[in-house]
Amino acid sequence: MNKINIADAFSKGKAFIPFITCGDPNLETTKEVVYSAVEAGANLIELGIPFSDPTAEGVTIQGANERALKGGVTTDKIFHMVEEIREKVSIPMVFMTYANVLYSYGIEKFAKKCESVGIQGVILPDVPYEEKEEFDSVLSVHGVDLISLIAPTSEDRITEIASEAKGFIYLVSSLGVTGVRSSITTDIGAICKKIKSVTDVPVGVGFGISTPEQAAKMASTADGAIVGSAIIKIIEKEGENAPKHVGEYIKSMADAVHA
Amino acid sequence: MEASKKSRGRFGIHGGQYMPETLMNAVIELEEAYNRYKDDKDFNDELNRLLNEYAGRPSRLYYAEKMSKDLGGAKIYLKREDLNHTGSHKINNVLGQALLAKKMGKTRLIAETGAGQHGVATATAAALLGMECVIYMGAVDCERQALNVYRMKLLGADVVPVESGTKTLKDAVSECMREWTSRIDDTHYCLGSVMGPHPFPTIVRDFQSVISKEIKEQITEAEGRLPDAVIACVGGGSNAIGAFYNFIGDKEVKLIGAEAAGRGIDTADTAATINTGRLGIFHGMKSYFCQDEYGQIAPVYSISAGLDYPGIGPEHAYLHDIKRAEYVAITDEEAVNAFEYLSRTEGIIPAIESAHAIAYAIKIAPKMKDKIIVVNVSGRGDKDCAAMARYRGEDIYE
Repeated sequence: MNKINIADAFSKGKAFIPFITCGDPNLETTKEVVYSAVEAGANLIELGIPFSDPTAEGVTIQGANERALKGGVTTDKIFHMVEEIREKVSIPMVFMTYANVLYSYGIEKFAKKCESVGIQGVILPDVPYEEKEEFDSVLSVHGVDLISLIAPTSEDRITEIASEAKGFIYLVSSLGVTGVRSSITTDIGAICKKIKSVTDVPVGVGFGISTPEQAAKMASTADGAIVGSAIIKIIEKEGENAPKHVGEYIKSMADAVHA
Repeated sequence: MEASKKSRGRFGIHGGQYMPETLMNAVIELEEAYNRYKDDKDFNDELNRLLNEYAGRPSRLYYAEKMSKDLGGAKIYLKREDLNHTGSHKINNVLGQALLAKKMGKTRLIAETGAGQHGVATATAAALLGMECVIYMGAVDCERQALNVYRMKLLGADVVPVESGTKTLKDAVSECMREWTSRIDDTHYCLGSVMGPHPFPTIVRDFQSVISKEIKEQITEAEGRLPDAVIACVGGGSNAIGAFYNFIGDKEVKLIGAEAAGRGIDTADTAATINTGRLGIFHGMKSYFCQDEYGQIAPVYSISAGLDYPGIGPEHAYLHDIKRAEYVAITDEEAVNAFEYLSRTEGIIPAIESAHAIAYAIKIAPKMKDKIIVVNVSGRGDKDCAAMARYRGEDIYE
């Protein structure tokens, strides 16, 4: 297999990026959900490593974290699952988790594991620009990109964050936590313009997106759309039957983004 | 590497700002405002007027003669933070932060609370300064501190019971952080302890350091010398850092923090962070946390809602690292015994949190003949009476 890069996800046009919490309701289902997401046209997969106290998440993803941890999922079991997924899946994959999950595992050990199982990036919503070096200096040695986040409140911070960004930039669409929103009022275009003036790193927009129309709109101003809570809701409802339903949903979203 | 070079607000390796990007400009703005006002004469005059005339400072340093004689060792002085308006040390920090928030043009305060003391203090300051107020409190804590829930509502605050996670203090903090990311413009997060991201540990410590400033003056006046030990209970650690801060440079003064051991530090039902936790990153800071091998935060337990927190403020973690302060573990049973002992012996009903500090004084005082111990009675215990009765198998109506 050729070396996989995050850039692959954006090389053929706009990217659709689904988020899935690992182990909700179990790792076997997560694996199947990933396969059906890839088949439905996802360009990059965000895999959530559950954390007991996910302070950036709304109730939907909080619930997924809780269910996964109750089911006994651990960081090691997730690495093992990714290893299996990598035998069939060649699009880039990134982890989304919290600082303490890496810190407790050992940043170095975590980075090495990512490299060996084939994870291309890590998103840590509780590690801002000022704290990133502690993680980035280790992850980068192992070819793992620490993904930078930019928020509607970033303002004068956008330039410095964007100029050092790697992989892709996670643009947080709205104030608040993750979760489905009926409308997104932030001027995404203006923020993207500011980002584009300092870097070529692609921008994925997340938080609040659930409909194909929203996804298409976000992807038209940015380089991709990220969807989490809407997928988690399907998994919550369908349980082990989720892969088929998630696949159908992702197809409608990915088609809208790619159109 | 232990921290990024750009990281701010470090105490040794601890502290920092592990926060969502959405809140970074808010904490930077807070730091700038604090630096602008902390030495501002008008700001300090206004704060001191409120602390003195409204909150009732300075609080008394009381020689507990009967207790001292009964234990037959050290002379024990009690720093009476329980006599402050609203019944605890929390008002010191809240008046400072609320005034600062007002200067920053904020019109709304949000806060977490465990035992309800910080929530009551915040609701009080909001009422006084004409600000909107929402308090987040774990659903379990709402139940065990029902009196304080009523007080907060009476003061005009909205109280939101937090149903996520363990439904206690840590979840209330998480919920406050979530709420703050959704409404920043008009809202100040009035954090109640020396924890969270920089600049909170420093701001809260500075506002609480009035406790040790007064102790120093009062004990020098009464005894002509400094105490041999200062004891305070530690959850996040705001009353303890307040009681320790001005003594940190006085090496002869032992600084002792009493953590909540719950049912014992050899059980899972404990909240003793220094005694059972390890280094981690949570709620905006690097410090010690009770957690499992994969870094999942532990569902801690203590009879005291105010100490029922899986972490400790970064400055305490640092004082522990450099061995300047010692952190001991006190069980529920020891704390309840101390709660009853102080009530009977001195006619002072301490908060169950403060009773952890009293309990350690009871342990060490007999072996400290001719020495002086200061115990910080961080709050009053009225709020705990129903729960203590229940602990002893008696049901009373609140």
